[in-house]
Amino acid sequence: MKVVVMGCGRVGARISSILDHNGHDVTVIDTDARAFRRLPADFGGDTVIGTGIDEDVLRIAGIERATAFVAVTNGDNRNIMAAQVARLMFDVPEVVCRIYDPVREDTYRRLGLTTVCPTTTMSAQILDHVIGAEEAHIGRGSGES
Amino acid sequence: MYIIVVGGGKVGFYLTKSLLAEGHEVLLIERAGDKVDAFVERFGKVVIQGDGAEAAVLAAAGAARADVVIAVTGEDEDNLVVCQMARQKFHVGRTIARVNNPKNEALFKKLGIDVTVSQTNFILTLIEQSIPEKSFVHLLSLKFADLAMVEARVSDQSPVVGKSLAQINLPDKTVVAAVARDGRLFVPSSSTELRPGDDLIAITQPEQEDSLRRILGCDSAA
Repeated sequence: MKVVVMGCGRVGARISSILDHNGHDVTVIDTDARAFRRLPADFGGDTVIGTGIDEDVLRIAGIERATAFVAVTNGDNRNIMAAQVARLMFDVPEVVCRIYDPVREDTYRRLGLTTVCPTTTMSAQILDHVIGAEEAHIGRGSGES
Repeated sequence: MYIIVVGGGKVGFYLTKSLLAEGHEVLLIERAGDKVDAFVERFGKVVIQGDGAEAAVLAAAGAARADVVIAVTGEDEDNLVVCQMARQKFHVGRTIARVNNPKNEALFKKLGIDVTVSQTNFILTLIEQSIPEKSFVHLLSLKFADLAMVEARVSDQSPVVGKSLAQINLPDKTVVAAVARDGRLFVPSSSTELRPGDDLIAITQPEQEDSLRRILGCDSAA
């Protein structure tokens, strides 16, 4: 399948290289060309310099053929906007968006985006080790920042 | 009215200043602490420091009772999310976003932002209006009614010279609202005959602009 990944940080580079390794057609977008150094030397996918909130950049990255779009830059708002562009303007079937802010994540999940919030999942994992999963679960929801 | 402005750049600064002067209750949210200090010194305690896209900041700003939220940062993604959060989480009735990249205007509309202000388009329009040779100029989009206001110059060769407005077959839903002649602006009647050099202000539908241009004989080259 064709996947467009926006953001070539640690997470974006890892997702891209695993998809590429598994035989998928991957294009990674980043505003900084140096970010592509994080990709493995044998990476077979494409790279595009630019921002994924720009429809023209997404087109160059092949968004019109993509079955999935992944937004994992450091900016919550950039991810949110790009995800909505991919979904509304290009009808990409699977759009996943990373949002660090739990409240923003909750809001956009309700609006129908597929979201991943590292803050909540990581906190839960750490708390699991510290106080156990059950107690950690009780604490969730009250920790809105 | 209670108005929250997000983004303390040049636009946010002058917007806050003029809204305060008009007697509105205004709160400006700016991310950079040093800017906030300068604004507080200037405007008093109507500025808070924070990220306007964060719910806690909007809550502290009293977004729930705000009549309008205006996002005017230099980043379109921030303006979009500020307006969407204001609407979804705080049910703000009216959201206005500055659009830095004109390409994003359609997306913002689609995503339910009430009003978008594209300074790039605005500047282009202003420049277009001040080019004297232009005989047909788009002045304004009346988005709520899907209407446009245009200005057209009647040239010597125009087929409508000497005709009354009643004799001209104007496109559907188009009215000539005003005529400027010899430095005087007046509301025409159906018997007003057009003369060379007349400037017409017309209200029309955006998709009719081209046919109105043809009927009035305003070639883009003229």
